[in-house]
Amino acid sequence: MLAPLPALAVDAVVHTSNIFDPVSAPADSVFRIAMLVLAITGAIFVIVGGLLAYSIIRYRRRRDDDGSEPAQVYGSDQIELAWTVIPTLIVLALGLVTARTIYDVQGAVAPQGATRVTVIGHQWWWEIRYPALGIVTANELHVPASNEAGATPTFLDLESADVVHSFWVPQLAGKTDVIPNRRNQMWIAPREPGLYLGQCAEFCGTQHAHMLLRVRVHPRDEYDAWVAAQQQSAVVDPSVAAGRRVFESTACINCHTVRGTVATGRFGPDLTHLMSRDTLAAGAALMSGESLRAWINDPDHVKPGALMPAMKLDDAVLDQLVAYLQSLR
Amino acid sequence: MTLLDPTLEVPRSDADGRSVPSVLHEWVVSVDHKRLGLMYIASGLLFFLVAGLEATAMRIQLVMPDNDFVTPQVFNRLMTLHGTTMVFFVGMPIVLGFANYLVPLMIGARDMAYPRLNAFSFWMSLFGGILLYSSLLGAEGLFGGSAAPDVGWFAYAPLTERAFSRGNSTDYWNLAILLSGIGSVGTAINLVATTICLRCPGMTLSKMPLYVWINFVVACMILVAISPLTAAQLMLLLDRFLGAHFFDTQAGGSAILWQHFFWIFGHPEVYVLMLPGFAIASEIIPVFSRKVIFGYPIMVAATVSIGFIGFSVWAHHMFAVGMTPAGNSFFAISTMLVAIPTGIKIFNWLATMWGGKIRFATPMLFCIGFLFQFLCAGLTGIMLAVAPFDWQLTDSYFVVAHFHYVLIGGLLFTIFAAIYYWFPKATGRMLDETLGRWHFWLLVIGFNMTFLPQHFAGFAGMPRRIYTYDPNRGFEIWNQISSVGVIFQAAAIACFLVNVIRSLFRGAPAGDDPWDAWTLEWSTTSPPPAYNFETLPAVQSRRPLWDLKHPDDPDWRFE
Repeated sequence: MLAPLPALAVDAVVHTSNIFDPVSAPADSVFRIAMLVLAITGAIFVIVGGLLAYSIIRYRRRRDDDGSEPAQVYGSDQIELAWTVIPTLIVLALGLVTARTIYDVQGAVAPQGATRVTVIGHQWWWEIRYPALGIVTANELHVPASNEAGATPTFLDLESADVVHSFWVPQLAGKTDVIPNRRNQMWIAPREPGLYLGQCAEFCGTQHAHMLLRVRVHPRDEYDAWVAAQQQSAVVDPSVAAGRRVFESTACINCHTVRGTVATGRFGPDLTHLMSRDTLAAGAALMSGESLRAWINDPDHVKPGALMPAMKLDDAVLDQLVAYLQSLR
Repeated sequence: MTLLDPTLEVPRSDADGRSVPSVLHEWVVSVDHKRLGLMYIASGLLFFLVAGLEATAMRIQLVMPDNDFVTPQVFNRLMTLHGTTMVFFVGMPIVLGFANYLVPLMIGARDMAYPRLNAFSFWMSLFGGILLYSSLLGAEGLFGGSAAPDVGWFAYAPLTERAFSRGNSTDYWNLAILLSGIGSVGTAINLVATTICLRCPGMTLSKMPLYVWINFVVACMILVAISPLTAAQLMLLLDRFLGAHFFDTQAGGSAILWQHFFWIFGHPEVYVLMLPGFAIASEIIPVFSRKVIFGYPIMVAATVSIGFIGFSVWAHHMFAVGMTPAGNSFFAISTMLVAIPTGIKIFNWLATMWGGKIRFATPMLFCIGFLFQFLCAGLTGIMLAVAPFDWQLTDSYFVVAHFHYVLIGGLLFTIFAAIYYWFPKATGRMLDETLGRWHFWLLVIGFNMTFLPQHFAGFAGMPRRIYTYDPNRGFEIWNQISSVGVIFQAAAIACFLVNVIRSLFRGAPAGDDPWDAWTLEWSTTSPPPAYNFETLPAVQSRRPLWDLKHPDDPDWRFE
């Protein structure tokens, strides 16, 4: 059994991801209908549960029972009719409200100026592409916040490179499955800047548990600055040239892209701005030189079952490589 | 015999002076519906213990964040085996076992319509279970692949395709379910034929006990529901061995196709498992309330309508796959419709108790537990039917909580009620009431402690089927309470096992009719002879023994 490296996985701040704490339009709609449903079902629970409890206590056999049989009641058409019609009316009303919410959420059309992002599920990480902006990143989605001036929603095209995944950030929207050979759509319009956590919600193999998602919601100007930074090619830092040579002469480049270099692989995450991300290996560890080193040395130790192979580099070479990766800001 | 499995104990008079092999041989070659029924139930209980241990291991793993009690690979296998076993090799055999044992007795027949088919079906089901577990013996290196299946009990394509599931673990899963499906269909055909053809004189369809009616509907549902499952398994087999591409998305296959096939089996399957629970409650609640079931014709109609509606709701498992708004609305509303007949049933049980003289013997305690817990399960079911709410709840721990409230809080509680109720008939001895109460209360505490918090874990954003979670999400507290509940559940099951084993040898003699009940099985001896009845009974009403006991006030005057 492999213990995860304790120093790598600690994120001390507790982040809520509660579905009852929505900060974005589709999650708001779900929240409203959820409150209605909870009120209805809560009332039914109290009434029916109360009647059950009452009849069980009231009609228990007493100590002084004479052993006679109680009156046999075979049924009553009126009563049966009543408890058929009332639930039918409740179902009808709830059904109509449900249908309206479904059409509201699914029928939304992207307005002018909406951000468009393609999210591609992989075993076990998220590829995040902004086709109009030329940005490719992984596991951390950055979007602009909507404000009083108007909603600036983000529309996501969901695709899968392998098996079925599901995109779920509870405070922003309900989940939508990410299915191979199919393009699904969903949208979010977060109101408040901040960090929102989520993860893959459809079992997708060994490391389903470590396919975490982070959504950073920025005020408009901060978002624009992030976009501008991500659009840059990788920085060239002569002091880490040795590490870059290691990277470009081993199998790293078969799977990873570093824009502006010979590395153009697509199987693994784009590393052009690796160090701009908070986490490594889809949330299996926090980003740091130490965790990068542990990860490259033996990915299976940090995230058992991960598809990245161990490159068997010796310590000196590993240090050079980590130094190079740490320069990718 | 008792060395092998105490629940298979034969009546003492039978076993006296005979060798173990000869008794064993008698059971193995038996075509008697009662013995097959008991073997079905015993095999189900054995698998129940195994799958319960698997669940315990998972709860230990999840008791704290970043735990390493098991590896992710082992966790995923435990999860797959637990789900597959509980549905196909615990739930199905036990509900079919009870139907096997009780239906012929309740309709005054000497056996099922096709006794040999009956034996064949039982052994196919059992072999299915054995095949699933023999995957554990398939060594890692044999085909370069893993041993036990690890794709989840609904095995979503294309995770099951060769590209993602190497080795043969998925094939064990596939073939085990194919085999057990053959068994289920055989028994369903048998139950339909028995119910239609072998009723005793006077027992028209409208005079059948509700237990028989409901199991008749269940058998009809099995006949329709198993076919798409079998078809899907065959397609998967073709994909894996002959290079077909039904679900192979890399060659243009469809991942959604598998989901439709699986759930058009899978949702009716939920009713196939749950309706027999209703059937049990519909027999026990009247007897212990000392009142006739309220609204018999409506109960039958509600059952039949659940049978039909149950086939039009499957895609509520797929609200997140990106169906059209019209599709989502249709399946949301059709799913809510199920609440109407189900509600009618609960109201009728309530009305049956109303004005009665309720006796809190163990079978009734379990039925009362069932009523409250199933009410919760039904209400969380309505929440899940509301498609937008489901977009948040599906594939979260809320769903895990919901279906365990259905299958444990609902079905398992009624199964225990049935065991306490009919054990005296099958063995001639009573189960101990004191141990029964311990069993009941420990299980109520343990079950609710384990599964109630899982609703809140789901609200907090915890997906199902994750082998571990980060400490920064607020999941710990719910998981810790949940895991502690397992201790109480284990203690409850221990009480149950001790009770069964002790009562087999030292239980109070039961007599023919210990509960003062009304259906035909209580008119014969306990245990019943191989031929069930010396002379075939004739009935005039739904409660033939009531008529006998109250000749001045017989049922047939009022029906």
